[in-house]
Amino acid sequence: MTTSTLEPAAAPVRRNGERAVPAPIPMSRILRVELRKMFDTRSGLWLMASIGIVAVLATTAVIIFAPDDALDYETFASAIGFPMAVILPLVAILSVTGEWSQRSGLTTFTLVPHRGRVIAAKATCAVGIGVVSMLLAAAVGAVGNIVGTAVTGVDTTWNVGLEEFALIILANVLGLLVGFMLGVLTRSSAAAIVAYFVYSLLLPTASSALASSQQWWRDNGAWLDFNYASSGLFNEHMTSEQWAQLATSGLIWLVIPLAIGLRLVLRSEVK
Amino acid sequence: MITIESLTKSYGGFTAVDDITFTARSGRVTGFLGPNGAGKSTTMRVMVGLTSPTSGSITIAGRRFAELPNPGREVGVLLDASAQHAGRTGREILTIAQRTMGIPAERVEQMLHRVSLTDAEADRRVRHYSLGMRQRLGIATALIGDPEVLVLDEPANGLDPAGIRWMRDLLRGFADEGGTVLLSSHLLHEIETVADDIVVIGHGRIVAHGTKTELLAGAGTLARSTDSSTLARAMTAAGLESRVGTDGVLRTDAQPDRVGEIALAAGIALTELRLADGAGLEEIFLELTAESQRDHLSEGEAA
Repeated sequence: MTTSTLEPAAAPVRRNGERAVPAPIPMSRILRVELRKMFDTRSGLWLMASIGIVAVLATTAVIIFAPDDALDYETFASAIGFPMAVILPLVAILSVTGEWSQRSGLTTFTLVPHRGRVIAAKATCAVGIGVVSMLLAAAVGAVGNIVGTAVTGVDTTWNVGLEEFALIILANVLGLLVGFMLGVLTRSSAAAIVAYFVYSLLLPTASSALASSQQWWRDNGAWLDFNYASSGLFNEHMTSEQWAQLATSGLIWLVIPLAIGLRLVLRSEVK
Repeated sequence: MITIESLTKSYGGFTAVDDITFTARSGRVTGFLGPNGAGKSTTMRVMVGLTSPTSGSITIAGRRFAELPNPGREVGVLLDASAQHAGRTGREILTIAQRTMGIPAERVEQMLHRVSLTDAEADRRVRHYSLGMRQRLGIATALIGDPEVLVLDEPANGLDPAGIRWMRDLLRGFADEGGTVLLSSHLLHEIETVADDIVVIGHGRIVAHGTKTELLAGAGTLARSTDSSTLARAMTAAGLESRVGTDGVLRTDAQPDRVGEIALAAGIALTELRLADGAGLEEIFLELTAESQRDHLSEGEAA
Protein backbone atom coordinates (compact mmCIF):
# COMPACT_ATOMS: atom_id res chain seq x y z
CA MET A 1 0.00 0.00 0.00
CA THR A 2 1.34 3.39 -0.93
CA THR A 3 -0.80 5.51 1.23
CA SER A 4 0.64 8.94 0.59
CA THR A 5 3.36 8.62 -2.01
CA LEU A 6 0.98 9.84 -4.68
CA GLU A 7 0.38 12.98 -2.72
CA PRO A 8 3.25 15.38 -3.31
CA ALA A 9 1.77 18.01 -1.02
CA ALA A 10 2.14 15.70 1.98
CA ALA A 11 5.82 16.58 2.19
CA PRO A 12 6.82 18.44 5.36
CA VAL A 13 7.86 21.58 3.47
CA ARG A 14 4.36 21.94 2.20
CA ARG A 15 3.56 25.57 2.73
CA ASN A 16 6.83 27.31 1.97
CA GLY A 17 5.18 29.25 -0.87
CA GLU A 18 7.04 27.37 -3.59
CA ARG A 19 4.46 24.78 -4.47
CA ALA A 20 3.84 24.01 -8.09
CA VAL A 21 0.72 25.64 -9.47
CA PRO A 22 -1.83 22.85 -9.96
CA ALA A 23 -3.02 22.06 -13.47
CA PRO A 24 -6.37 23.54 -14.49
CA ILE A 25 -9.46 21.37 -14.10
CA PRO A 26 -10.21 19.77 -17.48
CA MET A 27 -13.77 19.80 -18.83
CA SER A 28 -13.78 15.99 -19.00
CA ARG A 29 -13.40 15.84 -15.23
CA ILE A 30 -16.27 18.27 -14.64
CA LEU A 31 -18.41 16.16 -16.97
CA ARG A 32 -17.63 12.98 -15.06
CA VAL A 33 -18.34 14.61 -11.71
CA GLU A 34 -21.63 16.10 -12.89
CA LEU A 35 -22.70 12.76 -14.34
CA ARG A 36 -21.88 11.09 -11.04
CA LYS A 37 -23.94 13.67 -9.18
CA MET A 38 -27.01 12.69 -11.19
CA PHE A 39 -26.86 9.18 -9.79
CA ASP A 40 -25.40 9.47 -6.31
CA THR A 41 -28.51 10.34 -4.31
CA ARG A 42 -31.39 8.01 -3.62
CA SER A 43 -33.82 10.29 -5.46
CA GLY A 44 -31.45 10.70 -8.40
CA LEU A 45 -30.86 6.97 -8.65
CA TRP A 46 -34.59 6.20 -8.55
CA LEU A 47 -35.29 8.85 -11.15
CA MET A 48 -32.75 7.19 -13.45
CA ALA A 49 -34.02 3.73 -12.61
CA SER A 50 -37.57 4.89 -13.32
CA ILE A 51 -36.59 5.41 -16.97
CA GLY A 52 -35.92 1.69 -17.31
CA ILE A 53 -38.79 0.66 -15.06
CA VAL A 54 -41.33 2.80 -16.91
CA ALA A 55 -40.11 1.47 -20.27
CA VAL A 56 -40.66 -2.11 -19.10
CA LEU A 57 -44.04 -1.30 -17.52
CA ALA A 58 -45.28 0.49 -20.63
CA THR A 59 -44.15 -2.39 -22.83
CA THR A 60 -45.88 -4.95 -20.61
CA ALA A 61 -49.05 -2.87 -20.62
CA VAL A 62 -49.06 -2.77 -24.41
CA ILE A 63 -48.68 -6.57 -24.62
CA ILE A 64 -51.52 -7.08 -22.17
CA PHE A 65 -53.99 -4.38 -23.23
CA ALA A 66 -53.35 -3.49 -26.87
CA PRO A 67 -55.59 -5.18 -29.46
CA ASP A 68 -53.68 -7.71 -31.59
CA ASP A 69 -53.98 -5.72 -34.80
CA ALA A 70 -52.33 -2.69 -33.13
CA LEU A 71 -49.41 -4.73 -31.89
CA ASP A 72 -46.57 -3.17 -33.89
CA TYR A 73 -43.38 -1.36 -33.06
CA GLU A 74 -44.94 2.09 -33.32
CA THR A 75 -47.44 1.24 -30.58
CA PHE A 76 -44.65 0.17 -28.31
CA ALA A 77 -42.59 3.23 -29.15
CA SER A 78 -45.37 5.70 -28.39
CA ALA A 79 -46.37 3.87 -25.19
CA ILE A 80 -42.81 4.19 -23.88
CA GLY A 81 -42.29 7.65 -25.36
CA PHE A 82 -45.04 9.36 -23.39
CA PRO A 83 -43.66 8.74 -19.86
CA MET A 84 -40.13 9.50 -21.17
CA ALA A 85 -41.34 12.95 -22.15
CA VAL A 86 -42.19 13.51 -18.47
CA ILE A 87 -39.16 11.91 -16.82
CA LEU A 88 -36.35 13.28 -18.99
CA PRO A 89 -37.18 16.96 -18.37
CA LEU A 90 -37.28 16.17 -14.65
CA VAL A 91 -33.74 14.75 -14.89
CA ALA A 92 -32.58 17.96 -16.55
CA ILE A 93 -34.44 20.22 -14.11
CA LEU A 94 -33.14 18.53 -10.96
CA SER A 95 -29.54 18.40 -12.16
CA VAL A 96 -29.55 22.21 -12.24
CA THR A 97 -31.90 23.22 -9.45
CA GLY A 98 -30.36 20.87 -6.89
CA GLU A 99 -27.36 23.17 -6.64
CA TRP A 100 -29.69 25.90 -5.38
CA SER A 101 -32.51 23.99 -3.69
CA GLN A 102 -30.03 21.80 -1.81
CA ARG A 103 -27.48 24.63 -1.68
CA SER A 104 -24.69 22.31 -2.79
CA GLY A 105 -23.80 25.04 -5.32
CA LEU A 106 -21.87 26.70 -2.51
CA THR A 107 -19.29 23.92 -2.82
CA THR A 108 -19.69 23.20 -6.53
CA PHE A 109 -19.14 26.78 -7.65
CA THR A 110 -16.29 27.24 -5.19
CA LEU A 111 -14.42 24.18 -6.47
CA VAL A 112 -15.10 25.27 -10.06
CA PRO A 113 -15.45 29.07 -9.97
CA HIS A 114 -16.63 29.20 -13.60
CA ARG A 115 -20.34 28.55 -13.44
CA GLY A 116 -20.65 28.40 -17.21
CA ARG A 117 -18.46 25.29 -17.30
CA VAL A 118 -20.53 23.55 -14.64
CA ILE A 119 -23.81 24.42 -16.38
CA ALA A 120 -22.41 23.30 -19.75
CA ALA A 121 -21.35 20.00 -18.18
CA LYS A 122 -24.82 19.53 -16.69
CA ALA A 123 -26.46 20.25 -20.06
CA THR A 124 -24.16 17.78 -21.81
CA CYS A 125 -24.85 15.07 -19.23
CA ALA A 126 -28.61 15.68 -19.36
CA VAL A 127 -28.70 15.47 -23.17
CA GLY A 128 -26.48 12.38 -23.06
CA ILE A 129 -28.79 10.71 -20.58
CA GLY A 130 -31.75 11.70 -22.74
CA VAL A 131 -30.29 10.08 -25.85
CA VAL A 132 -29.15 6.95 -24.02
CA SER A 133 -32.58 6.63 -22.37
CA MET A 134 -34.30 6.84 -25.73
CA LEU A 135 -32.00 4.15 -27.14
CA LEU A 136 -32.73 2.02 -24.10
CA ALA A 137 -36.45 2.65 -24.55
CA ALA A 138 -36.17 1.64 -28.20
CA ALA A 139 -34.43 -1.58 -27.19
CA VAL A 140 -37.04 -2.41 -24.55
CA GLY A 141 -39.78 -1.64 -27.06
CA ALA A 142 -38.11 -3.91 -29.60
CA VAL A 143 -37.98 -6.78 -27.12
CA GLY A 144 -41.64 -6.08 -26.31
CA ASN A 145 -42.52 -6.12 -29.99
CA ILE A 146 -40.81 -9.50 -30.51
CA VAL A 147 -42.20 -11.07 -27.34
CA GLY A 148 -45.65 -9.52 -27.71
CA THR A 149 -46.17 -10.63 -31.29
CA ALA A 150 -44.76 -14.08 -30.51
CA VAL A 151 -47.18 -14.48 -27.60
CA THR A 152 -50.21 -13.33 -29.59
CA GLY A 153 -49.11 -15.03 -32.79
CA VAL A 154 -49.36 -11.97 -35.04
CA ASP A 155 -46.63 -10.91 -37.49
CA THR A 156 -43.87 -8.77 -36.07
CA THR A 157 -44.07 -5.34 -37.68
CA TRP A 158 -41.13 -2.88 -37.63
CA ASN A 159 -42.84 0.28 -38.71
CA VAL A 160 -40.55 2.91 -37.21
CA GLY A 161 -37.80 3.98 -39.59
CA LEU A 162 -34.38 5.27 -38.61
CA GLU A 163 -35.21 8.84 -39.60
CA GLU A 164 -38.46 8.70 -37.70
CA PHE A 165 -36.67 7.41 -34.64
CA ALA A 166 -34.03 10.16 -34.89
CA LEU A 167 -36.81 12.75 -34.98
CA ILE A 168 -38.42 11.22 -31.90
CA ILE A 169 -35.09 11.42 -30.06
CA LEU A 170 -34.76 15.05 -31.12
CA ALA A 171 -38.27 15.80 -29.87
CA ASN A 172 -37.46 14.30 -26.49
CA VAL A 173 -34.13 16.11 -26.27
CA LEU A 174 -35.92 19.40 -27.02
CA GLY A 175 -38.41 18.66 -24.23
CA LEU A 176 -35.51 17.88 -21.94
CA LEU A 177 -33.85 21.15 -22.88
CA VAL A 178 -37.05 23.05 -22.08
CA GLY A 179 -36.81 21.46 -18.62
CA PHE A 180 -33.16 22.44 -18.41
CA MET A 181 -34.00 25.99 -19.45
CA LEU A 182 -36.71 26.24 -16.77
CA GLY A 183 -34.24 24.89 -14.20
CA VAL A 184 -31.65 27.49 -15.15
CA LEU A 185 -34.25 30.25 -15.27
CA THR A 186 -35.95 29.53 -11.94
CA ARG A 187 -33.15 27.85 -9.98
CA SER A 188 -35.84 26.19 -7.90
CA SER A 189 -36.93 22.55 -8.22
CA ALA A 190 -40.57 23.16 -7.36
CA ALA A 191 -40.96 26.24 -9.54
CA ALA A 192 -39.26 24.60 -12.53
CA ILE A 193 -41.35 21.42 -12.30
CA VAL A 194 -44.60 23.38 -12.03
CA ALA A 195 -43.50 25.59 -14.91
CA TYR A 196 -42.70 22.54 -17.01
CA PHE A 197 -46.15 21.06 -16.52
CA VAL A 198 -47.78 24.39 -17.27
CA TYR A 199 -45.70 24.54 -20.44
CA SER A 200 -46.28 20.98 -21.59
CA LEU A 201 -49.89 20.37 -20.43
CA LEU A 202 -51.63 23.73 -20.03
CA LEU A 203 -50.16 25.74 -22.90
CA PRO A 204 -51.13 23.31 -25.69
CA THR A 205 -54.73 23.38 -24.46
CA ALA A 206 -54.68 27.16 -24.35
CA SER A 207 -53.14 27.28 -27.79
CA SER A 208 -55.73 25.04 -29.37
CA ALA A 209 -58.52 26.97 -27.64
CA LEU A 210 -57.08 30.13 -29.12
CA ALA A 211 -56.79 28.51 -32.53
CA SER A 212 -60.44 27.51 -32.51
CA SER A 213 -61.56 31.09 -31.94
CA GLN A 214 -58.82 33.08 -33.68
CA GLN A 215 -58.29 32.71 -37.40
CA TRP A 216 -54.84 34.36 -37.27
CA TRP A 217 -53.54 32.00 -34.61
CA ARG A 218 -54.99 29.02 -36.47
CA ASP A 219 -52.96 30.02 -39.54
CA ASN A 220 -49.77 31.27 -37.92
CA GLY A 221 -49.67 29.77 -34.40
CA ALA A 222 -47.23 27.05 -35.44
CA TRP A 223 -44.53 29.68 -35.89
CA LEU A 224 -44.87 30.72 -32.27
CA ASP A 225 -46.08 27.56 -30.48
CA PHE A 226 -43.04 25.40 -29.68
CA ASN A 227 -45.15 22.53 -28.33
CA TYR A 228 -47.09 22.38 -31.56
CA ALA A 229 -44.00 22.80 -33.74
CA SER A 230 -42.15 19.99 -31.93
CA SER A 231 -45.15 17.66 -32.13
CA GLY A 232 -44.42 17.51 -35.85
CA LEU A 233 -41.28 15.55 -35.01
CA PHE A 234 -43.44 12.61 -33.98
CA ASN A 235 -44.79 12.31 -37.52
CA GLU A 236 -42.69 10.44 -39.97
CA HIS A 237 -41.55 13.43 -41.95
CA MET A 238 -40.88 17.14 -41.38
CA THR A 239 -41.41 19.66 -44.17
CA SER A 240 -38.97 22.55 -44.49
CA GLU A 241 -41.74 24.87 -43.34
CA GLN A 242 -42.13 22.75 -40.21
CA TRP A 243 -38.38 22.96 -39.56
CA ALA A 244 -38.57 26.73 -39.91
CA GLN A 245 -41.52 26.83 -37.49
CA LEU A 246 -39.55 24.68 -35.05
CA ALA A 247 -36.66 27.14 -35.28
CA THR A 248 -38.69 30.32 -34.74
CA SER A 249 -40.82 28.95 -31.92
CA GLY A 250 -37.71 27.34 -30.39
CA LEU A 251 -35.96 30.69 -30.42
CA ILE A 252 -38.84 32.20 -28.43
CA TRP A 253 -39.52 29.35 -26.02
CA LEU A 254 -36.06 27.84 -25.59
CA VAL A 255 -33.10 29.89 -26.81
CA ILE A 256 -34.03 33.34 -25.49
CA PRO A 257 -35.22 32.25 -22.03
CA LEU A 258 -32.16 29.97 -21.77
CA ALA A 259 -29.88 32.91 -22.56
CA ILE A 260 -31.63 35.04 -19.91
CA GLY A 261 -31.40 32.18 -17.41
CA LEU A 262 -27.69 31.63 -18.08
CA ARG A 263 -27.04 35.32 -17.59
CA LEU A 264 -28.84 35.18 -14.25
CA VAL A 265 -26.96 32.06 -13.18
CA LEU A 266 -23.59 33.57 -14.03
CA ARG A 267 -24.27 36.82 -12.22
CA SER A 268 -26.48 35.88 -9.32
CA GLU A 269 -25.19 35.46 -5.82
CA VAL A 270 -24.85 31.88 -4.57
CA LYS A 271 -25.97 31.77 -0.94
CA MET B 1 -2.00 35.33 2.04
CA ILE B 2 -5.38 36.94 1.50
CA THR B 3 -5.51 40.62 0.60
CA ILE B 4 -8.77 42.50 0.86
CA GLU B 5 -8.62 45.96 -0.66
CA SER B 6 -11.31 48.63 -0.33
CA LEU B 7 -14.04 46.03 -0.60
CA THR B 8 -17.59 47.32 -0.79
CA LYS B 9 -20.76 45.36 -1.40
CA SER B 10 -24.12 47.08 -1.53
CA TYR B 11 -27.56 45.70 -2.13
CA GLY B 12 -29.67 48.53 -3.45
CA GLY B 13 -29.47 51.13 -0.71
CA PHE B 14 -28.04 48.78 1.90
CA THR B 15 -24.28 48.56 2.27
CA ALA B 16 -23.40 45.14 3.67
CA VAL B 17 -19.65 45.65 3.43
CA ASP B 18 -18.35 49.19 3.49
CA ASP B 19 -14.83 49.84 2.20
CA ILE B 20 -12.90 47.26 4.19
CA THR B 21 -9.19 46.63 3.79
CA PHE B 22 -7.11 44.05 5.61
CA THR B 23 -4.66 41.24 5.05
CA ALA B 24 -4.70 37.69 6.38
CA ARG B 25 -1.03 36.72 6.51
CA SER B 26 0.49 33.31 6.01
CA GLY B 27 1.66 31.47 9.09
CA ARG B 28 -1.03 33.18 11.14
CA VAL B 29 -4.61 32.64 12.15
CA THR B 30 -6.68 35.73 11.39
CA GLY B 31 -9.91 36.00 13.31
CA PHE B 32 -12.76 37.82 11.63
CA LEU B 33 -14.96 38.91 14.47
CA GLY B 34 -18.29 40.65 14.42
CA PRO B 35 -21.91 40.35 15.45
CA ASN B 36 -24.37 38.54 13.18
CA GLY B 37 -25.11 40.53 10.07
CA ALA B 38 -21.92 42.57 10.31
CA GLY B 39 -20.77 41.56 6.82
CA LYS B 40 -18.42 38.65 7.58
CA SER B 41 -20.17 36.07 5.42
CA THR B 42 -20.66 38.51 2.56
CA THR B 43 -16.93 39.27 2.60
CA MET B 44 -16.11 35.57 2.55
CA ARG B 45 -18.53 34.88 -0.30
CA VAL B 46 -16.91 37.64 -2.33
CA MET B 47 -13.53 36.11 -1.47
CA VAL B 48 -14.41 32.83 -3.20
CA GLY B 49 -16.32 34.31 -6.12
CA LEU B 50 -19.86 33.39 -5.05
CA THR B 51 -20.82 37.06 -4.79
CA SER B 52 -19.47 39.83 -6.96
CA PRO B 53 -18.22 42.94 -5.17
CA THR B 54 -19.66 46.38 -5.85
CA SER B 55 -16.12 47.74 -5.76
CA GLY B 56 -12.71 46.77 -4.45
CA SER B 57 -10.97 43.44 -4.77
CA ILE B 58 -9.82 40.35 -2.93
CA THR B 59 -6.74 38.41 -3.99
CA ILE B 60 -5.34 35.16 -2.67
CA ALA B 61 -1.58 34.92 -3.08
CA GLY B 62 -1.88 37.73 -5.63
CA ARG B 63 -4.64 36.20 -7.76
CA ARG B 64 -8.37 36.54 -7.82
CA PHE B 65 -10.13 33.36 -6.76
CA ALA B 66 -11.62 32.77 -10.23
CA GLU B 67 -8.09 32.84 -11.69
CA LEU B 68 -6.97 29.88 -9.60
CA PRO B 69 -6.64 26.89 -11.97
CA ASN B 70 -7.83 24.37 -9.37
CA PRO B 71 -9.08 26.38 -6.38
CA GLY B 72 -9.62 23.41 -4.08
CA ARG B 73 -5.89 22.64 -4.20
CA GLU B 74 -4.99 26.12 -3.01
CA VAL B 75 -7.87 27.35 -0.88
CA GLY B 76 -9.94 25.24 1.49
CA VAL B 77 -13.38 26.78 1.92
CA LEU B 78 -16.14 26.12 4.42
CA LEU B 79 -18.90 28.69 4.25
CA ASP B 80 -21.92 26.76 5.45
CA ALA B 81 -21.71 23.20 6.65
CA SER B 82 -25.42 22.68 6.03
CA ALA B 83 -25.18 23.61 2.36
CA GLN B 84 -24.85 20.05 1.05
CA HIS B 85 -27.22 17.79 -0.83
CA ALA B 86 -29.05 16.07 2.05
CA GLY B 87 -29.37 12.85 0.05
CA ARG B 88 -25.64 12.27 -0.40
CA THR B 89 -23.52 10.35 2.05
CA GLY B 90 -20.61 12.08 3.73
CA ARG B 91 -18.17 9.87 1.85
CA GLU B 92 -19.84 10.72 -1.46
CA ILE B 93 -19.54 14.46 -0.79
CA LEU B 94 -15.83 14.04 -0.13
CA THR B 95 -15.48 11.85 -3.22
CA ILE B 96 -17.07 14.53 -5.41
CA ALA B 97 -14.56 17.07 -4.08
CA GLN B 98 -11.69 14.60 -4.54
CA ARG B 99 -12.71 13.84 -8.14
CA THR B 100 -13.23 17.49 -9.00
CA MET B 101 -9.75 18.35 -7.74
CA GLY B 102 -8.25 15.30 -9.43
CA ILE B 103 -6.40 14.04 -6.37
CA PRO B 104 -5.81 10.43 -5.26
CA ALA B 105 -8.90 8.57 -4.02
CA GLU B 106 -7.27 7.60 -0.73
CA ARG B 107 -7.45 11.25 0.35
CA VAL B 108 -11.13 10.58 1.08
CA GLU B 109 -10.33 7.94 3.71
CA GLN B 110 -7.48 10.05 5.09
CA MET B 111 -9.75 13.03 5.56
CA LEU B 112 -12.55 11.00 7.15
CA HIS B 113 -9.96 9.76 9.61
CA ARG B 114 -8.55 13.23 10.12
CA VAL B 115 -11.91 14.67 11.14
CA SER B 116 -12.86 11.55 13.13
CA LEU B 117 -15.88 10.48 11.11
CA THR B 118 -16.28 6.71 11.41
CA ASP B 119 -16.98 4.45 8.42
CA ALA B 120 -20.57 4.02 9.54
CA GLU B 121 -21.04 7.78 9.83
CA ALA B 122 -19.39 8.38 6.47
CA ASP B 123 -21.90 6.06 4.79
CA ARG B 124 -24.87 7.82 6.37
CA ARG B 125 -26.73 10.43 4.37
CA VAL B 126 -26.01 14.01 5.35
CA ARG B 127 -29.66 14.66 6.23
CA HIS B 128 -29.07 12.46 9.28
CA TYR B 129 -25.94 14.33 10.37
CA SER B 130 -25.80 16.57 13.42
CA LEU B 131 -24.49 20.09 12.87
CA GLY B 132 -21.23 19.04 14.51
CA MET B 133 -20.81 16.15 12.05
CA ARG B 134 -21.58 18.47 9.15
CA GLN B 135 -18.90 20.86 10.37
CA ARG B 136 -16.40 18.00 10.51
CA LEU B 137 -17.36 16.94 7.00
CA GLY B 138 -17.06 20.55 5.85
CA ILE B 139 -13.58 20.79 7.37
CA ALA B 140 -12.65 17.53 5.63
CA THR B 141 -13.86 18.97 2.31
CA ALA B 142 -11.82 22.12 2.92
CA LEU B 143 -8.67 20.16 3.79
CA ILE B 144 -8.87 17.40 1.17
CA GLY B 145 -7.01 19.33 -1.50
CA ASP B 146 -4.20 20.08 0.96
CA PRO B 147 -4.55 23.86 0.45
CA GLU B 148 -2.30 26.65 1.66
CA VAL B 149 -5.18 28.88 2.64
CA LEU B 150 -8.27 28.13 4.73
CA VAL B 151 -11.39 30.29 4.67
CA LEU B 152 -13.86 29.15 7.31
CA ASP B 153 -17.15 30.84 8.20
CA GLU B 154 -18.20 30.07 11.77
CA PRO B 155 -16.55 26.62 11.78
CA ALA B 156 -17.07 26.03 15.48
CA ASN B 157 -20.87 26.26 15.26
CA GLY B 158 -22.44 23.06 16.49
CA LEU B 159 -19.21 21.53 17.74
CA ASP B 160 -19.06 20.24 21.30
CA PRO B 161 -16.30 21.54 23.62
CA ALA B 162 -13.96 18.70 22.64
CA GLY B 163 -14.69 19.44 18.98
CA ILE B 164 -13.95 23.13 19.46
CA ARG B 165 -10.64 22.23 21.08
CA TRP B 166 -9.86 19.89 18.19
CA MET B 167 -10.68 22.60 15.66
CA ARG B 168 -8.49 25.10 17.49
CA ASP B 169 -5.51 22.70 17.49
CA LEU B 170 -6.06 21.89 13.84
CA LEU B 171 -6.09 25.55 12.80
CA ARG B 172 -3.08 26.31 15.00
CA GLY B 173 -1.15 23.44 13.41
CA PHE B 174 -2.17 24.55 9.92
CA ALA B 175 -0.89 28.08 10.50
CA ASP B 176 2.28 26.85 12.21
CA GLU B 177 3.10 24.92 9.04
CA GLY B 178 2.97 28.18 7.15
CA GLY B 179 -0.66 28.15 6.04
CA THR B 180 -3.04 31.11 6.07
CA VAL B 181 -6.20 30.78 8.12
CA LEU B 182 -9.10 33.21 8.03
CA LEU B 183 -11.93 32.22 10.32
CA SER B 184 -15.00 34.16 11.26
CA SER B 185 -17.02 34.06 14.40
CA HIS B 186 -19.55 36.12 16.24
CA LEU B 187 -18.19 34.70 19.50
CA LEU B 188 -15.25 36.55 20.91
CA HIS B 189 -13.96 33.64 22.95
CA GLU B 190 -13.49 31.43 19.89
CA ILE B 191 -11.44 34.07 18.14
CA GLU B 192 -9.49 35.06 21.22
CA THR B 193 -8.27 31.53 21.92
CA VAL B 194 -6.92 30.78 18.45
CA ALA B 195 -6.30 33.96 16.46
CA ASP B 196 -2.98 35.77 16.10
CA ASP B 197 -4.52 38.70 14.29
CA ILE B 198 -7.99 40.02 14.83
CA VAL B 199 -10.20 42.04 12.53
CA VAL B 200 -13.35 43.32 14.19
CA ILE B 201 -16.19 44.25 11.86
CA GLY B 202 -19.45 45.95 12.71
CA HIS B 203 -22.09 47.30 10.37
CA GLY B 204 -19.92 46.46 7.36
CA ARG B 205 -16.98 48.52 8.59
CA ILE B 206 -13.76 47.48 10.24
CA VAL B 207 -13.85 48.90 13.75
CA ALA B 208 -10.60 47.40 15.06
CA HIS B 209 -7.73 45.63 13.45
CA GLY B 210 -4.41 44.40 14.77
CA THR B 211 -2.54 41.59 16.42
CA LYS B 212 -4.18 40.10 19.44
CA THR B 213 -1.35 41.50 21.60
CA GLU B 214 -1.91 45.00 20.25
CA LEU B 215 -5.63 44.84 20.82
CA LEU B 216 -5.10 43.57 24.36
CA ALA B 217 -2.59 46.32 25.09
CA GLY B 218 -5.17 48.83 23.99
CA ALA B 219 -7.49 47.60 26.71
CA GLY B 220 -5.83 49.80 29.36
CA THR B 221 -6.34 49.46 33.07
CA LEU B 222 -9.20 48.21 35.16
CA ALA B 223 -9.61 49.50 38.72
CA ARG B 224 -12.15 48.43 41.31
CA SER B 225 -12.47 50.58 44.40
CA THR B 226 -14.75 51.49 47.24
CA ASP B 227 -15.56 54.81 45.58
CA SER B 228 -15.23 54.76 41.82
CA SER B 229 -16.83 58.14 41.13
CA THR B 230 -14.38 59.96 43.47
CA LEU B 231 -11.53 58.07 41.80
CA ALA B 232 -12.82 59.15 38.41
CA ARG B 233 -12.82 62.80 39.55
CA ALA B 234 -9.28 62.41 40.86
CA MET B 235 -8.25 60.93 37.50
CA THR B 236 -9.80 63.89 35.68
CA ALA B 237 -8.00 66.31 38.01
CA ALA B 238 -4.76 64.53 37.09
CA GLY B 239 -5.58 65.06 33.41
CA LEU B 240 -6.42 61.43 32.66
CA GLU B 241 -9.53 60.18 30.99
CA SER B 242 -11.51 57.40 32.60
CA ARG B 243 -15.00 56.03 32.69
CA VAL B 244 -17.01 54.11 35.23
CA GLY B 245 -19.05 51.23 33.91
CA THR B 246 -22.45 50.15 35.16
CA ASP B 247 -20.64 47.46 37.13
CA GLY B 248 -18.93 50.22 39.17
CA VAL B 249 -15.54 49.38 37.67
CA LEU B 250 -13.34 52.22 36.43
CA ARG B 251 -11.53 51.80 33.12
CA THR B 252 -8.81 54.02 31.74
CA ASP B 253 -6.06 54.01 29.15
CA ALA B 254 -3.53 55.05 31.83
CA GLN B 255 -1.05 52.52 33.21
CA PRO B 256 -1.92 50.71 36.48
CA ASP B 257 0.94 52.31 38.48
CA ARG B 258 -0.37 55.79 37.62
CA VAL B 259 -3.90 54.83 38.69
CA GLY B 260 -2.47 53.41 41.92
CA GLU B 261 -0.66 56.69 42.69
CA ILE B 262 -3.76 58.77 42.06
CA ALA B 263 -5.89 56.50 44.24
CA LEU B 264 -3.32 56.68 47.04
CA ALA B 265 -3.15 60.48 46.79
CA ALA B 266 -6.96 60.67 46.85
CA GLY B 267 -7.12 58.29 49.79
CA ILE B 268 -9.27 55.73 48.00
CA ALA B 269 -8.82 52.05 48.80
CA LEU B 270 -8.40 49.96 45.65
CA THR B 271 -9.82 46.45 45.80
CA GLU B 272 -8.55 45.44 42.37
CA LEU B 273 -6.05 46.99 39.99
CA ARG B 274 -4.84 45.29 36.85
CA LEU B 275 -4.33 45.48 33.08
CA ALA B 276 -7.70 44.95 31.47
CA ASP B 277 -6.62 41.94 29.46
CA GLY B 278 -8.56 38.75 28.79
CA ALA B 279 -12.05 39.85 29.57
CA GLY B 280 -10.86 43.25 28.38
CA LEU B 281 -11.07 42.18 24.76
CA GLU B 282 -14.71 41.48 25.36
CA GLU B 283 -15.10 45.06 26.53
CA ILE B 284 -13.50 46.22 23.32
CA PHE B 285 -15.66 43.95 21.26
CA LEU B 286 -18.87 45.08 22.92
CA GLU B 287 -17.81 48.69 22.89
CA LEU B 288 -16.59 48.67 19.31
CA THR B 289 -19.64 46.91 18.02
CA ALA B 290 -22.16 48.59 20.31
CA GLU B 291 -23.40 50.84 17.53
CA SER B 292 -24.04 47.94 15.25
CA GLN B 293 -25.28 45.45 17.83
CA ARG B 294 -28.94 44.79 17.25
CA ASP B 295 -29.48 44.38 20.98
CA HIS B 296 -28.34 47.92 21.64
CA LEU B 297 -29.78 49.51 18.59
CA SER B 298 -32.93 51.57 18.60
CA GLU B 299 -34.40 53.09 15.47
CA GLY B 300 -33.35 56.59 16.45
CA GLU B 301 -29.72 55.64 16.79
CA ALA B 302 -29.67 53.81 13.49
CA ALA B 303 -29.55 57.05 11.56
